Amino acid sequence: MAANKAKRTSAPGWRYILLSLVLVSLPISIIVKVAYLQILPNHEFGVDFLKHQGEIRSVRNIEIPAPRGAILDRYGKPLAISTPVIDIVGNPQKIKSADYRRLSKALNISEKELQDRLTLYKEKSFIYLARHLSDADAEAILDLEVEGLYRETQYKRYYPAGEVTAQLIGITDYQDAGQEGLELAFNAWLKGERGTRKVVQDVKSRVINNLSLVKPSKPGNDLELSIDLRIQYAAYTELKKAVKQHKAQGGSIVILDVLTGEILAMANQPSFNPNNRESLNQMALRNRAITDLIEPGSTVKPFTMLAALESGQYQLESLIDTSPGYLKVEYKTFVDPVNYGELDLRGVLSKSSQVGTTKIALNLDAHEMRDVFSRVGFGEYLGSGFPGESMGMLPSYRDWHPVTQATFAFGYGLSASPLQLARAYGVLANNGLKKDIKLLLDEGETNVSRVFSSDLSKTVNNMLESVVSESGTGKNAMIPHYRVAGKTATLHKVKAGGGYDENKYVSAFAGFSPASNPRVVTVVIIDEPSEGKYFGGLVAAPIFSKVTERALQLLRISPDKQSSSWVNHENLEEQGKSS
Amino acid sequence: MQNSDFVRSLRDAPNEKKRKTSFKFDLVLILLLLALSSIGVTTLFSATGENFNYVNRHIFFLGTGFLLMFIISQIPARSIELWSPYFFGITLILLLLVTLFGTDAKGAQRWLDLVFFRLQPSEILKVSLPLVLAAYLGRRAVPPKLKHVLWSSTIIMVPTTLIALQPDLGTSILVFATGAAILFLAGLRKRYIFGSGLIALSAVPLMWLFVLRDYQKQRILTLISPETDTLGAGWNIVQSKTAIGSGGFYGKGWLNGTQSQLDFLPESHTDFIIAVLAEEFGLLGVSITLLLYGLFLARCFFVSISAKSQFGRLFCGSFALMIFLHIFVNLGMVSGILPVVGAPLPLVSFGANSALTIFIGLGVLISIANEPRRIRS
Repeated sequence: MAANKAKRTSAPGWRYILLSLVLVSLPISIIVKVAYLQILPNHEFGVDFLKHQGEIRSVRNIEIPAPRGAILDRYGKPLAISTPVIDIVGNPQKIKSADYRRLSKALNISEKELQDRLTLYKEKSFIYLARHLSDADAEAILDLEVEGLYRETQYKRYYPAGEVTAQLIGITDYQDAGQEGLELAFNAWLKGERGTRKVVQDVKSRVINNLSLVKPSKPGNDLELSIDLRIQYAAYTELKKAVKQHKAQGGSIVILDVLTGEILAMANQPSFNPNNRESLNQMALRNRAITDLIEPGSTVKPFTMLAALESGQYQLESLIDTSPGYLKVEYKTFVDPVNYGELDLRGVLSKSSQVGTTKIALNLDAHEMRDVFSRVGFGEYLGSGFPGESMGMLPSYRDWHPVTQATFAFGYGLSASPLQLARAYGVLANNGLKKDIKLLLDEGETNVSRVFSSDLSKTVNNMLESVVSESGTGKNAMIPHYRVAGKTATLHKVKAGGGYDENKYVSAFAGFSPASNPRVVTVVIIDEPSEGKYFGGLVAAPIFSKVTERALQLLRISPDKQSSSWVNHENLEEQGKSS
Repeated sequence: MQNSDFVRSLRDAPNEKKRKTSFKFDLVLILLLLALSSIGVTTLFSATGENFNYVNRHIFFLGTGFLLMFIISQIPARSIELWSPYFFGITLILLLLVTLFGTDAKGAQRWLDLVFFRLQPSEILKVSLPLVLAAYLGRRAVPPKLKHVLWSSTIIMVPTTLIALQPDLGTSILVFATGAAILFLAGLRKRYIFGSGLIALSAVPLMWLFVLRDYQKQRILTLISPETDTLGAGWNIVQSKTAIGSGGFYGKGWLNGTQSQLDFLPESHTDFIIAVLAEEFGLLGVSITLLLYGLFLARCFFVSISAKSQFGRLFCGSFALMIFLHIFVNLGMVSGILPVVGAPLPLVSFGANSALTIFIGLGVLISIANEPRRIRS
């Protein structure tokens, strides 16, 4: 007992005081520090700052991708649609080298390739590792739990009609913005508006909780085209076949609805598959029907005839002496293949006589002739809104040189796009009424203006009908059960250095049907057919016949040919007449 | 005097008999233990992202700990005192084994892989070292003579060095501090205290140059300005400070802490669990927890002061100081006033070894609290 007491007192008081001091002061320092962190506001490292810090670590505004509007044909068939796909995004700084093997296997690339890419971008924190995956494929990769991998929802553009509408619809770039064609022209209309939502993310940037919708995403608007996909298919397949058969450089077909001015089909060759960009050929991107210019050649002769009739100097029955089959104007000689002798206007047109046309043209006022061309829309902006639309060229001179005036009359020295040519023929088909062409459905009221008297137009149409007859240059353009009016053209191509290439041609045919009450205008252009045949009547006319026939059938137009003289295109003998 | 002794012996005799037969128990301590354990389980559930696997294992550890505590508390303190050198010897051998063949985890060899859990002898040493020192110094004169002080220092330095070699500087310091606390409580002379203090101070630059590893230096530098390297060494501390600070006074509510729930906070279920608690229950929750700890420690010190043997006094005092140090180091580390060293928060952090240590110690403490007065020969 005594020893016990001695021991207890022997532990001096200062020890307990020191101990108590430690025991009290240390916890107080903790409490002060924690309170400093938790309740002291308005300080660099006070509660407000840290609350904000806590939030910015985990609360993020993330973008909600919005789908791009679809492009549809006139019956609602999709020509371009957006489907959600998943991109796998990687942070090269976070992906560990130990994961390379697994990751490369999942991404289906070699380990070396992956390593090279990650090394190349090691300063970056965002690279695409895999794009446009299905949800299941993306999840399979993410399930590896490799650090530094994230998913991003994107919309991939898909073109169901593929190469058939490739140049018309165009393409989008990797950020879903329009780059070519209608995708570019109507980008603002088609593109969706990205929304934002507030989410809570964990340290691996996985979304844990949706807090609120800051801004809803707005899907893009759909674009309805006047295109009839069925006719487009028919036009494209025939065009592709013909280009291949004639070993041509390319070609275009434009089909217009005469009543509404709507474009029903617009096909081009060469084409590309917009769903697979790996072998994208820049040449194939061009929508030649709108962007490329040709000299329309003999296809403008009906307008020369219009000018002749309008001048009052000529009637349908007026005879022109084309003998001896050639005509020298100053330094240039215009030649017909044979001596046609005396021809009336119908004959001049159906034989496509250069001598006859030249004689008429030189008798006309050049300015008035040009005015006729201008009225049907040559050299005029079409306003299709399509990127790269060509206005063509319709030159005007103070003093027309006789040679210029003559060549102008049969379509040289001016240029037009296939679409412009189609519209010019649309004026004839509408008996002198010019209608705006339309690429979109329901574009509002059609602008209609009369540019010729109905009678004159009918006369010229009648002449054009005889071009497509057993004795005319365009007889291969005949369609069973339907009457056809049209004109062939065979043009020398312009050489790179100027002047014309003697061996390179463009074959063309422009026309409409049924001739009694026209419903469709079709223009066929074949660029550089090099398989022997090159005359418009042999190359372009048969395509016109097949495509227009199909269009008339699809549109359920009643036949207007009473006496059915059935014609087999395949057995028609080749004709070597100049167009 | 004789008479009163006689009277006391008359009064004590039946009591002692009764005590021997009855179950030894300490209601206040056990209630506080249950309260702290509940806080631990609740916070752990949130910190592990509502993972029942962790929670169940933690509850299992706690349950085993309680059982172990009750068993140990029934052993007479005298027997514990006698067995403590063997216990210490076993833990020292285990520590040696770990240093030689331990499981490598995060660059340090700390564990012996047993089937149920990974045994961490350095943790167990936190109870076996105070036991053996209390037993040794309890029978020596007060204040201890130089010879005894040197022996004690050897007993302290062997495990401290071994742990430091693992390397686990934090645990090593804590073990050392626990041993030093006993010497202090045993009445070490002033000159020894100030002498060793001076030696320790002069050793600091040498430690910095030759003992501390780069990552350890980094942690200390990080403490001074964690914002300089927020993605590297400063990450832990910046995230935990953010967690604590963003909790505010009332906290964000249970399971609503963004820092912890979203994995920004590292080690959120072990060493940094108090940050989870601070984020979700605010300053209020932290204060209540600290209050409970305070009461708990007060009870331990009370047992120490009222212990009937020098062994009991020394052990309980140093054990209470050991727990206090852990709480302080852990909270200091998480709130950014001490460098990041591995110190679990007693009873709250997830971990079998920490629980095991504390419950063994508490078993001994309860046994000491119920110890009959020793009859001195």
